[in-house]
Amino acid sequence: MKRRAIALMTAFAFSGVVHAGGELNLYNWSDYIPLDLLKKFEKDTGVKVNLDVYDSNESLLAKLKAGATGYDVIVPSDYMVKIMVAEGLLDKVEINKLPNFKNVTAPLNKPFFDPTRSYSAPYMWGVTGFTYDSARVPGGKLPDSWKSFFEPPAELKGQVVALNDMNDMFVAASLYLKIDQCTEDPKQAQKILDTLMKQKPMLAMYNSDGTIERMQAKEVIMHHQWNGAAHRTKEKLKTAVFVYPKEGMPFWNDNFAIPKGAKNKDNALKFINWMMAPENIAIASNFTGYNNAIKGSDKFMDESLRSDPAVNTPAAFKSRFVPNKVCSPKALALRDKVWTKLKK
Amino acid sequence: MLSASVRRTGLLAPTVITLFVFMVLPMGLMAWMSFLEPGTYGGVQWGHYSAKSYIQFLYEWDLDDQLVLNTDYVGIFLRSFLLAGGATLATLLIGFPTALYIALKDEKARNRWILLISIPFWTNLLVRTFAWMLLLRNGGLAEQFLSSIGLVKEELNILYTPTAVAIGLVYSFLPFMILPIYTSLEKMDWKLVEAAFDLGANRWMAFRRVILPLAMPGIVAGCMLVLIPALGSYFIPELLGGGKSLMIGNLIQNQFGASRNWPFGAALSFALLTVVMVTMIAYNLRFKRAPGADK
Repeated sequence: MKRRAIALMTAFAFSGVVHAGGELNLYNWSDYIPLDLLKKFEKDTGVKVNLDVYDSNESLLAKLKAGATGYDVIVPSDYMVKIMVAEGLLDKVEINKLPNFKNVTAPLNKPFFDPTRSYSAPYMWGVTGFTYDSARVPGGKLPDSWKSFFEPPAELKGQVVALNDMNDMFVAASLYLKIDQCTEDPKQAQKILDTLMKQKPMLAMYNSDGTIERMQAKEVIMHHQWNGAAHRTKEKLKTAVFVYPKEGMPFWNDNFAIPKGAKNKDNALKFINWMMAPENIAIASNFTGYNNAIKGSDKFMDESLRSDPAVNTPAAFKSRFVPNKVCSPKALALRDKVWTKLKK
Repeated sequence: MLSASVRRTGLLAPTVITLFVFMVLPMGLMAWMSFLEPGTYGGVQWGHYSAKSYIQFLYEWDLDDQLVLNTDYVGIFLRSFLLAGGATLATLLIGFPTALYIALKDEKARNRWILLISIPFWTNLLVRTFAWMLLLRNGGLAEQFLSSIGLVKEELNILYTPTAVAIGLVYSFLPFMILPIYTSLEKMDWKLVEAAFDLGANRWMAFRRVILPLAMPGIVAGCMLVLIPALGSYFIPELLGGGKSLMIGNLIQNQFGASRNWPFGAALSFALLTVVMVTMIAYNLRFKRAPGADK
């Protein structure tokens, strides 16, 4: 026991010597950054990266609110950046002054949640739509509308999976019905509930995990999915088609930010700047299957990514992107009520 | 020399401190939180008290701000109790004969059986639940087996139904039923059963009047050990049930997560705690007087 403790202490002592550049504690979504990229950063800068992971914006928020320190860089999504700024959890480090910030393309250089980019830098962005296996739907093609998902053809009964997420489902239904996603009107919420209730018997399940594998194994025909996951689905299921619904679809983006009280702030800024270099962010895109907002990165991206309309969105579809809003507690209470009634 | 009272205090201190730090403190915090107003972005507003969370459990505000009865949450509680109760009953029906069978073996065989029963614990429950998904899915091993013996004609269609959840719960909690019952049967004096036969009891009477009462402490302990965690089970219904209906655990998790209503989550936890406590107290009162109870 004692010997092990000594060995550990020696290891710590040595790690301090080897990594003269110090350390960086990155808190990211699980399976969302290639470890090789972190090693490359270590080689380039001498800064050792420690990675810890979480599974939702809400658990990240809960952890920071509970007073977690020890993280230097976190990766909140759009609406969560706004909440964290409002809660005073983020350090105002003026990301816009970093040398590589010039590489950030519109619209993510001035997003609604951080218009001056004082707190955050873009990582990946994506959209939430749905994927179907064109080999197994009647006629081989479905209309590019949320109708195909919420009211699928009868042949697809029990072959459709929805994401098990209150926000994803509520927003998708609100787009389909052209209702404000932050509605505080119970009558409109009732309409959304009716649509979800009508869809429920057609569904095999609600599940946000394993979307790629489930489609590839042909366990189901249609899956509510993110475009990057759709790209990875296609690697094995060539007949998969990702739909950009014409009514609009949730457009999200994840961001690097530095929480207040970070111990290695300089290294954090170094990392964020380094990640805004095209050759580095491209490696992340190649791994995740999601696009980024850095000019010139497509040169370094895999051909399969560049040629896939699910990742490299055709210009005509970009007008269908709808950013997530931050809703009032009243609107959120209504969402919760719809979700509870849907699953009571 | 320490006086007797000082020594008593010193000896009691670890227990009292443990109970305070690990039970009173967190539960007090939870109770306090359930009477606060929710914060706009999660968390609570300290100092803003309200009983809204408890009212929300039973009522909702309609369009004219009138309170009307809302059975959604009670319904979710009921379903969880039905499922957990069903799982308890099923584990008892399977577990009791199993424990009795093991208890009647010689010592070497007994140890082997107990080892076999505890082997599943070597693997994480989450992994085992995923294994069940592979077994139960259409085209999976269960379907192949059942169709080979002619019980199933077409697809099994059992995964993502309440049946799959029930199977998962019974499977996960069965050892918690077998082990306490086995423990109480193992230390039983079998001469009492022989005596019962000598006094003219038939097999059923000996079982009902002698074995069952003596096994009762184990049965009660087993039921508690199955019912309570089954009530709070979270990922088994989520994975095997396909997330189509909420259980208490999922409901509470949602309040601390996406719905950002921590006080309501705390109130739901407290409601669950209260129901469990009442059940346990009732059990205790009932079985204190039972002939088989320890004293």
